[in-house]
Amino acid sequence: MSTPQPPMPQAPAPNWQPAPGPSYPSYTSPIPVVRTHLGHAIASEWTKIRSVRSTMWTLGVFVLLNVGIGLGTAALVAANAGAGSLRDENPLSFGFFGLLLGCMCVITLGVLTTASEYGTGMIRTTAVACPSRGRVLTAKAIVFFSVAFVVTLVSVLVVALADVALLDGAREATGEEWLKGTVGISLYIALLGLLSLLVGSIIRHSAGAITIMIGLVLAPLVIALFMFSESLDSLRQALFEYSIPNQLSVFYSNSLTESGPSGWDPLWIALGVTAAAFAAAYALLEKRDV
Amino acid sequence: MIELEGLTKRYGEKVAVNNLTFTVRPGIVTGFLGPNGAGKSTTMRMLLGLDRPTAGDVRIDGKHYDQLKDPLTYIGALLDAKAMHGGRSAFNHLLCLAQSNGIPRKRVYQVLDTVGLTAVAKKKAKGFSLGMGQRLGIAGALLGDPRILMFDEPVNGLDPEGIHWIRNLMKSLAAQGRTVFVSSHLMSEMALTADHLVVIGQGRLLADTSMADFITQNSRSYVRIRTPQRERLLDVLHGAGVTVVETGNGSLEVDGSKSEHIGELAAQHQIVLHELSPQQASLEDAFMQLTAESVEYHAHSDTPAAPPPQPWGDGWKGN
Repeated sequence: MSTPQPPMPQAPAPNWQPAPGPSYPSYTSPIPVVRTHLGHAIASEWTKIRSVRSTMWTLGVFVLLNVGIGLGTAALVAANAGAGSLRDENPLSFGFFGLLLGCMCVITLGVLTTASEYGTGMIRTTAVACPSRGRVLTAKAIVFFSVAFVVTLVSVLVVALADVALLDGAREATGEEWLKGTVGISLYIALLGLLSLLVGSIIRHSAGAITIMIGLVLAPLVIALFMFSESLDSLRQALFEYSIPNQLSVFYSNSLTESGPSGWDPLWIALGVTAAAFAAAYALLEKRDV
Repeated sequence: MIELEGLTKRYGEKVAVNNLTFTVRPGIVTGFLGPNGAGKSTTMRMLLGLDRPTAGDVRIDGKHYDQLKDPLTYIGALLDAKAMHGGRSAFNHLLCLAQSNGIPRKRVYQVLDTVGLTAVAKKKAKGFSLGMGQRLGIAGALLGDPRILMFDEPVNGLDPEGIHWIRNLMKSLAAQGRTVFVSSHLMSEMALTADHLVVIGQGRLLADTSMADFITQNSRSYVRIRTPQRERLLDVLHGAGVTVVETGNGSLEVDGSKSEHIGELAAQHQIVLHELSPQQASLEDAFMQLTAESVEYHAHSDTPAAPPPQPWGDGWKGN
């Protein structure tokens, strides 16, 4: 890289001189005064999220995992299924495995959106540019949620259409199954990412927040697997039912269990938890020093 | 205009900033001076709404920082050179700041040009040297063309050319009628740039004075003399009513007397002089004395440490 040899201007910007007249006691800038609003913060956060490589990496890997595993699973099943064995299967449900792995990427990106600002010191610049911390958090939430939702929806749609085409032995998916298996699951994944973003804002440490979120996704299922004692049966059942992998599968109407959340329940649960996390993150932002 | 009133910040038991009251006025460069850990950065952080004061008040043009809707057009701040995401290019870093304050995109190109980073605008900030990072931080401060500028230790880690550039920049900004508030722990640096001086130590206000007053009050001028005929000279000077101080290393010091006068006296009595030089005590010494009791982190050494002579005083002598 060439070191710049800047000209040494005596005035900070020769074409940016104050209006003629007495400059003392106060300088008046020709830049128009703007009453900023949430839209400005959203534009700023959009620039931020698209201008770092970690966004491209995490979303790239996400799409790769989601589409790759989704298509691979469908191809394997199609090749090995006997005639008529898929008759009762929802063809969309084979997108599940790819998403289960892929959601780790969305979690990582969500955490990085907030926590990396604390890691790099950027948060001080951000807070100086926009003193309303609630506005910054809201703008980040909106931008991230939109990005995560759109990317998930597009990749899930690709997988769903391919699965339907590959598995011609499976039954026809109903309209509600299509809605849940595409829009519903994308909303759920985006909410999971948004929860990560809020945890990142609360923890202010990337590695810590990512660990917490991955623990949240995996721990209930893993803990439940090792609960052999009969007295813990009901707890074990609840952990299974409310574990995030099981909630994900509810969107494909093939829950691992018979009871527990069904229909659109997982989405409402995620919405409630995320709203609570948002309130906590907001309150902490107002209270803590940057 | 920045007004501080009884500003106080406590971290648990420790008082970082203690009841600070002073005003930073437009049109001049105000130096904010204090040893490491004196509370300069904490004060600046409270000013920018990053930390909440435990007590007291700080206002920017009469408003609290969080009441400012487009703060970058009121006040531009350089906090530290690395307050940015290293993976983002210089251009995008400035663009996201501009967008959050509704500043037009073309202004980003202007400030990049002002600080001389146009050639590396698309490069990632993490590849920047300390000086380039400092320039990018200053570009961010200038982005909104604000009336108030605040720089926290702007010359840290800069090469002489960069230091020179920042000095001139600050002076020209103040000359345009802006308020310029700059912190430093180097008295010598402040002597060259600041018109007004605010000194703090352990969070307390130690001095709030114009630079000229500070120099007259704190710089002792004296004449240093070395002679092989020491006793005779002492007699002559004593006879002429000149008070002489004998220093340990064999030279004599005369306060408040012209070297010409002493030279003529010596010539009349045919005394050989090896040295006859007008001296000025350094402002650095005056600053050290002022803050001596409030330095938080002392280095301890067994040998009595006399402060080394500071030749920098030449810088302001000519003014």
